[in-house]
Amino acid sequence: MTASFLGQDYLEIRDLTVDFDGFKAVNSVDLTFLQGRLHFLIGPNGAGKTTVVDALTGLVHGTGRAEFRGRDLLGMKSHKIVRLGVGRTFQTATVFEQLSVLQNLDIAAGLHRRAGSLLLARGKTPAKVEEALETIGLTTLANRPAGVLAHGQRQWLEVGMLLVQDASVMFLDETVAGMSTEEREETGELLQRIAGDRTIVIIEHDMEFMRRYADFVTVLHAGTVLAEGTVAEIQADPQVQTVYLGTVTEVAADA
Amino acid sequence: MTAPDAPKTASRFTPARLFSSYGALVAIGLVALVLLVWAPGSLSAFRLGNLGKYCAWAIAAVGIGLAWGRGGMLVMGQGVFFGIGGYAMAMHMKLEAAGPGGVPDFMTLYGNGTMPGWWEPFRSGPFTLAVIVLGPAIVSFILGYGILKRRVKGAYFAILTQALAVAFATLLISTIKQTGGFNGLNTFSTFFGQNLYDPQVKENIYLITAGLLVFFLVVVWQLYRSRYGELLVATRDAEERVRFLGYDPANIKLVAFVAAAVMASVGGAMFVPIAGIISPSNVDAAASIMLLAGVALGGRSSLLGPALGALAVGYGQSALSEKYPTQWTYFQGALFILVMLFLPAGIASIWPKLKALVPTKRSASPGGVGIEAEVEADAGAVAPV
Repeated sequence: MTASFLGQDYLEIRDLTVDFDGFKAVNSVDLTFLQGRLHFLIGPNGAGKTTVVDALTGLVHGTGRAEFRGRDLLGMKSHKIVRLGVGRTFQTATVFEQLSVLQNLDIAAGLHRRAGSLLLARGKTPAKVEEALETIGLTTLANRPAGVLAHGQRQWLEVGMLLVQDASVMFLDETVAGMSTEEREETGELLQRIAGDRTIVIIEHDMEFMRRYADFVTVLHAGTVLAEGTVAEIQADPQVQTVYLGTVTEVAADA
Repeated sequence: MTAPDAPKTASRFTPARLFSSYGALVAIGLVALVLLVWAPGSLSAFRLGNLGKYCAWAIAAVGIGLAWGRGGMLVMGQGVFFGIGGYAMAMHMKLEAAGPGGVPDFMTLYGNGTMPGWWEPFRSGPFTLAVIVLGPAIVSFILGYGILKRRVKGAYFAILTQALAVAFATLLISTIKQTGGFNGLNTFSTFFGQNLYDPQVKENIYLITAGLLVFFLVVVWQLYRSRYGELLVATRDAEERVRFLGYDPANIKLVAFVAAAVMASVGGAMFVPIAGIISPSNVDAAASIMLLAGVALGGRSSLLGPALGALAVGYGQSALSEKYPTQWTYFQGALFILVMLFLPAGIASIWPKLKALVPTKRSASPGGVGIEAEVEADAGAVAPV
């Protein structure tokens, strides 16, 4: 990340529509993801949160415009989008279980290596990988197979993989789902630490986590943007309360 | 986040890991010693010839280990590439036997005695060698590009490659005037000018074949320990995840597919001067599956498993077919089924499993040999076909 990008790196989405055989899962959505803040995407099941991210990362076909660094992400191939600096995680953490934590990170860090250098074995651990291990707190587990990691640690490894691949836009899909309270706190602090010059978009169901760490919130409902603003603004929005927040906080309180 | 004050050395390569990497090289050295020093000194010319034949299959098997064991592509049609190399070599030797300007005997027998134009360049030795290496590389690149970029995988990939082997054999059988048809190409006299009946020449051909096997073992050893090897395993286990790391999985698999094809072709080329024949039955679906059986038996994702498995299946075929000539195919089929049912990661997985039963100091330490081996052994079992 060069200094010239600071404060100017953003992802601008206009009129994004995803049409599944006539059903509009995402309907003419306008969104702007700015650098340096934790931007939460919330909404009830089926609101289109994951579909928005799928469309922006080349997994499903979307129409409209999604401009990042002068390129339209819609229509680009998934791996090219990643190379442009837009990374994502999935609802179920998928790390390479047979490979060690270190190897997982090393592979993620390799996307800008020349093809020929791939034929060589890794010499010493790249500094970037070492740094990421430190940031996500898995240094001591570096040589363990990723398959033995606990649920929370896998999610952190995923975040680490985004760090080493120089993703300046990170889409995190329900990263804290299934985590213990302490793990959630550590995750929240980790995200705040790395937010700096990155654009971080978090899809979340956990309202408590959202209240605590969100800098900006977008509420999606039935494929459209229902409301946008700070946590306080969203909480005060009567529309959001009826459609979404009320019911879910009740559920969360019961659990 | 957890225990941040623990020592940082964990992320570096431990001596144990380095040893395990170079330990494999020592194992290859032992194989080389047996094949290149012990065997020529101890075996009769007949047995040595048989061993050479198994080595030719083993070369193809090493490639299958790469594509199937590490790449997750169940290549059921390697006979096609074995055949490209085999037929290229056989055509050259046939033309040598026919003499300068001569026409291979079978063409006068089945045809009108004129040679198709595309045979002509195979009079040249260098051209033939180039075809043996580049032919399968080009064919497999085009096929692989078409198949892999369309994200064909699993059983569909297997069936597609198997169908290619069937089509290839059918094509050969139906073109008797150009390729010798069902009989294939046989009756050779010389190998690059050397008299094939000279025992020393026979031994040299054996040594070249065994030497190539060792060479390809070293090649895949380097591939497996390289970053590419890690990426290939990652692609095998979670292809979509690799895509979201910024790589195109099709390209990663394509490299393994092309390398496997070249190895099969080189194996096929060396098979011809040793066996003295190449025919559709050496390259069809059944022959392709025989190659797979050896790889499965030895352990498809291990380094030496595919080669040793192919040598064992080759030996078993000779030994059993001498005693029970008609039943051998049943043995082979039963073997494949038994291995797949009870030992999906092959014989190579027995040792780490035994070792895991007896906890040692080394296998208890994180990042040590024990865990490495465990991961290795499980790799085959988890891989989807």
